[in-house]
Amino acid sequence: MAFFSSTATIPQNLTFVSSNKLSSSPSSTTSFNFVSFPSFQSKFCKTITTSPQITRAHAPPAPSTETTTASSFHGLCYVVGDNIDTDQIIPAEHLTLVPSKPDEYQKLGSFALIGLPDSYTVRFVESGETKTKYSIIIGGANFGCGSSREHAPVALGASGAAAVVAESYARIFFRNSVATGEVYPLESETRLCEECRTGDVVTVELAENRLINHTTGKEYQLKPIGDAGPVIEAGGIFAYARKTGMIPTR
Amino acid sequence: MASSLVPPPSTSFFHTKKDLNLSAFSSSSSSSQRCHKHVSKKICCSVAAPQQTQRQPSTTGSVKTAMTMTEKIMARASEKAQVRPGDNIWTNVDILMTHDVCGPGSIGIFKKEFGEDAKVWDREKVVIIPDHYIFTSDERANRNVDILRDFCNEQDIKYFYDIKDLSNFKVNPDYKGVCHIALAQEGHCRPGEVLLGTDSHTCTAGAFGQFATGIGNTDAGFVLGAGKLLLKVPPTLRFVMDGEMPNYLLAKDLILQIIGEITVAGATYKSMEFVGSTVESLNMEERMTLCNMVVEAGGKNGVIPPDSVTYKYLEGKTSVPYESVYSDQQARFLSEYRFDVTKLEPLVAKPHSPDNRALARECKDVKINRVYIGSCTGGKTEDFMAAAKVFLASGKKVKVPTFLVPATQKVWMDVYSLPVPGSGGKTCSQIFEEAGCDTPASPSCGACLGGPKDTYARMNEPQASSLLLSQHFVCVSTTNRNFPGRMGHREGEIYLASPYTAAASALTGYVTDPREFLQ
Repeated sequence: MAFFSSTATIPQNLTFVSSNKLSSSPSSTTSFNFVSFPSFQSKFCKTITTSPQITRAHAPPAPSTETTTASSFHGLCYVVGDNIDTDQIIPAEHLTLVPSKPDEYQKLGSFALIGLPDSYTVRFVESGETKTKYSIIIGGANFGCGSSREHAPVALGASGAAAVVAESYARIFFRNSVATGEVYPLESETRLCEECRTGDVVTVELAENRLINHTTGKEYQLKPIGDAGPVIEAGGIFAYARKTGMIPTR
Repeated sequence: MASSLVPPPSTSFFHTKKDLNLSAFSSSSSSSQRCHKHVSKKICCSVAAPQQTQRQPSTTGSVKTAMTMTEKIMARASEKAQVRPGDNIWTNVDILMTHDVCGPGSIGIFKKEFGEDAKVWDREKVVIIPDHYIFTSDERANRNVDILRDFCNEQDIKYFYDIKDLSNFKVNPDYKGVCHIALAQEGHCRPGEVLLGTDSHTCTAGAFGQFATGIGNTDAGFVLGAGKLLLKVPPTLRFVMDGEMPNYLLAKDLILQIIGEITVAGATYKSMEFVGSTVESLNMEERMTLCNMVVEAGGKNGVIPPDSVTYKYLEGKTSVPYESVYSDQQARFLSEYRFDVTKLEPLVAKPHSPDNRALARECKDVKINRVYIGSCTGGKTEDFMAAAKVFLASGKKVKVPTFLVPATQKVWMDVYSLPVPGSGGKTCSQIFEEAGCDTPASPSCGACLGGPKDTYARMNEPQASSLLLSQHFVCVSTTNRNFPGRMGHREGEIYLASPYTAAASALTGYVTDPREFLQ
């Protein structure tokens, strides 16, 4: 499968849609060296007509009541390795914060991934900030292992991250991500943490199960999220259960 | 010599999954122990669960489709005749446990979703145990215990193990300490039941032959209101451990061996069933150690068939009727691992992963700064008795600060009252004092997971005055995780070990094989 095509072009005035996750849009789309095979362009253009937004169980109500289908996420990626455990995602000293309290939810976000060792020279959330500039986290195997603390996916979601793309997940982290609707826990077919670098500009297309690295110009296949997708999109299990009539709406 | 029987450290003790789960210690015995990926029958009759001849027909029903223990428990809890791995089933919950770290969030979700005036599904099936951040001046941590108390009062929760006076835990008769140990000691762990808890080490209770697993706040909020949860039935990995346990090994060595073998993701989404003559010989606390760390292999739950040891422990602890279940002879296991415990050596998990297995003696040059004995994994009565045994055998003093945190108030009492065998009537506390250990601290999760900055024995910033800049903070710990930052400082290095190995290391100031003192 060819990932490169010298003929594909991108409209110069193309602006990337930003979800509510994305705090910093690329300043210039023309600087991207990404190209793709022909079908890519139309699909990409289709996705920019939507306005992705994640509804989260814990998040304070969004200013706008309008929520639309999240079909793609676009932004900078932050790359981590294997076995990123929940102590690295949100160290235990911050677990006094209660995710169901809106102000403490925001604070959890400011501590997201603060437990990574000093070898990670670029911090996920810069000191003094409450939000990350990285909307997509790319990890290796067994992401989210360790504790059952729901603070972990909550911290990532509260920081503004939309999705994690990892080779595999620890069971409880995956379940907590879906139950809360905080982040999409997507699985990659290949070892993306060695293919992407922190700061690369990437797009995740949910419907296409695809991740595009615009910085390197490569595309990668993701595993389908399956039945978990609609649950996250609805904003977690309770929201999904109400939306689908499983439990009464209030 | 033990060492001559043991394969080199780089050699798999049993074959990896890619080798189709064959198990063998030496090439000479591999053919007779060969098994297929889906084990359809027992390989060796000597590992049969002890209670099988006493089973009531109702325990297993008429066996049309054979099931594992975990499948049977989940079938009963979902009111189905049978379930298969992969089935998503609504599972009735017998006990929901939560604590001060995840309780407030779970309660928040319960109230938001079921309403401010909603009542929990069963006030006698919710067990709330403050244990994580207790002896701290952190105001938010203290507030979280207050939130638990308010909720328990409002809901008339029957089992709330409260603490109000932080200055002296002993004046709080209701206070227990580490939830997983308190659950067992207070009789909330019963064979055949389903226990869910907002803590990954909830799997500890599998030692009682029940299905026990950790869940998040949102799932717990759902259970609080509904009393059930949608769960997926896991396939089971079976671990057969045979042979008499050498006197220098503890259950911690067994589980470190297994995690080292199958990796920290080797049992993800799976159940781990422990059987064999070695497991049968273990007391309940050691069985709890074994099941406690299945989550470190990614496991959903661990189970051990209940037997007379289980029933003896439960005597007088619970009046709730329970019914044990056992894996059928024909039950299908995803794979089966066997090992001969007599050939194992004391192990550690090196930084920064519980599957970074090494022989303790291989790490004898690793200089350490402290030793920590505590937590749900290694802070039980038997763990302190084991450490005391090493100190007693050596008669020497520790060379590094040695922190002792009994898991619960009962363990603390045992440390101060039970005589250590062979000591002429001394208690653990006396032996620890003579060895120069820190005084046993107030029972809680302590520094196992770092916690607030003022947590006792937490690994805070390395102090330049006492440490070279290039030198890391190194701790030998009887706890369960050694990921970066787990016990506080991000650059701290944690060697996970048994209480024997931890005590031996305290005596030398280096990671030390306990045979140096126990032979």
